[in-house]
Amino acid sequence: MSVPIIARSRRTGATLGVALALSALLAALAEPVQPSLGETAPADLFATGLYTDPAARTVDPRHHVFSPQYPLWTDGAAKRRWMSLPPGTRIDASDPDRWAFPAGTRFWKEFAFDGHPVETRYMEHLGEGRWIFATYEWSADGQQAPLAPERGRADAWPLPDGRTHAIPGRTDCRVCHGSGPAPVLGFSALQLSPDRDPGAPHAEPLPLDAVDLAVLVERGLIANAPAGPAPRIPAADPMERAALGYLHANCGHCHNDRGALADLGFDLAHGLNDGTAAARATSFGVALKDPPAGLPDGVDLRIAPGDPAASALLHRAGSRDRLLQMPPLGTALVDEEAIALLARWIANQPRAGDPAPQTEGDNR
Amino acid sequence: MMFLRAVATLFLGLSFILVVALSSTGLLAQETDPVARGEYLVNTSGCHDCHTPWGMGPNGPEPDMSRALSGHPADLQIGPPPDLSEEWVWAGNPTNTAYVGPWGVSFTANLTPDPETGVLRDMSEGQFIDTIRNGRHMGQGRPILPPMPWPAYRNMTDEDLSAIYGYLQQIDPIPNAVPEPLPPGQ
Ligand code: HEC
Repeated sequence: MSVPIIARSRRTGATLGVALALSALLAALAEPVQPSLGETAPADLFATGLYTDPAARTVDPRHHVFSPQYPLWTDGAAKRRWMSLPPGTRIDASDPDRWAFPAGTRFWKEFAFDGHPVETRYMEHLGEGRWIFATYEWSADGQQAPLAPERGRADAWPLPDGRTHAIPGRTDCRVCHGSGPAPVLGFSALQLSPDRDPGAPHAEPLPLDAVDLAVLVERGLIANAPAGPAPRIPAADPMERAALGYLHANCGHCHNDRGALADLGFDLAHGLNDGTAAARATSFGVALKDPPAGLPDGVDLRIAPGDPAASALLHRAGSRDRLLQMPPLGTALVDEEAIALLARWIANQPRAGDPAPQTEGDNR
Repeated sequence: MMFLRAVATLFLGLSFILVVALSSTGLLAQETDPVARGEYLVNTSGCHDCHTPWGMGPNGPEPDMSRALSGHPADLQIGPPPDLSEEWVWAGNPTNTAYVGPWGVSFTANLTPDPETGVLRDMSEGQFIDTIRNGRHMGQGRPILPPMPWPAYRNMTDEDLSAIYGYLQQIDPIPNAVPEPLPPGQ
């Protein structure tokens, strides 16, 4: 015997269910379709937790100040950097070239020109390899720092020669930070080594309160820290050490053997294991794969040992023509000091046929 | 009761008509087959307008589908670009594959899967998506020049861009080594 009331209410329930499902479907169809342009970032620098007192610009003393021994060239910007680990967490350095940062890790880097902060870039690890990348644009009076526009700002600060500093767009962050084995670039065993290279172009004196690899290990902030001597780039002489360090910091985040451009076979990154041999083998006498427009005739090698003028690397790093320049973004002025160093280093290499250079034997 | 049954029948009937309509317009195929979706997007987003060289057809100028998506023909000699007056900012050639403007001269890329000359030969799906999103060669290098409308296409979803990539991977390969762009004033 069926109970009519229940049967009826069941049917009504089913009809209701179908109607609900249909309206849910319609609602889903009415949602605007958004492309995935990355994770949403805090709207304002002061909401990222950099300062304990935003009005006085007092940086939270629990954040760690750091300074990579080979700084990235950004048209001479003065930079300040901080890093923050959630309380009780540690960095896992099991893979010495791809440190694993706990969820909640934050990085800040302030860029100032002529004594004025122009932008502060921000990275936050959401966990499982998902990172927020954002940059905050300082108001002229230094009072506000809202999220920069999604496409960046082309004319953020005037530079010499009619050039301007451009604040990168949101997708630009990933061009460098998403191209290597790890999204964090200037915070690594080599970059934080206590054995700092005094010859590095634009070497910064280590800020008094800054942490280096030894301090991080001492404070127990790194698990599975590398044993052995302080990391150092093995090189034939101090000039080569500085040149390779510069290439590591300015080119190696894209030109490495583990990232998206690995197939190019051009490896300027230095891990804890010797990157010197790879840097030489993938550049000295190696023909360009896709010669770009604008190279002088006859320049068809990445590096022509002993011949700076015939080395594409020097032409590209020495150009700010948008089709030719390297790096392709993040800088509007040629780094003359570094170009001079790289030219001396290339000129110093034996030409094809000459005996190979010796490498300092004191490391690993 | 009767009323509910009638509603249910009506609903079933409508769904049936909807399914038939979807499959006959190919919409269902697009939902289930990314390559079909990719083909639809490529055909409706204008890729052929610039990446397939135009020739004179029976109905006037039109994309020459025998060279579909193979980019600016490498063997085509182009003369020096025209001098543009203040009022005109850019110009294109008759195959609609070469353009001159303040950026120099740009040539459309070979989108076919030719292993020697196709622009996608070394590009993973992720790099293709990055390229369209950030407007950089290989998703990392030099800026992509006008008039490639990546600022419009970057609004596509990952699924749609991946469908376009999938479709381009399986069209006929056509060997054609497109020249590098020319800097301004050359
Ligand atoms: C209005 C003309 C135009 C249209 C429409 C167009 N393109 Fe392009 N495309 C170009 C030009 C010009 C270039 C070369 C730009 C350069 O060399 O910097 C290019 C380059 C490319 C590249 C190479 C990018 C790289 O890394 O060098 C890809 C991929 C591409 N287009 C895909 C597409 C797809 C897919 C469509 C359709 C959804 C499309 N294009 C529609 C003009 C166009």
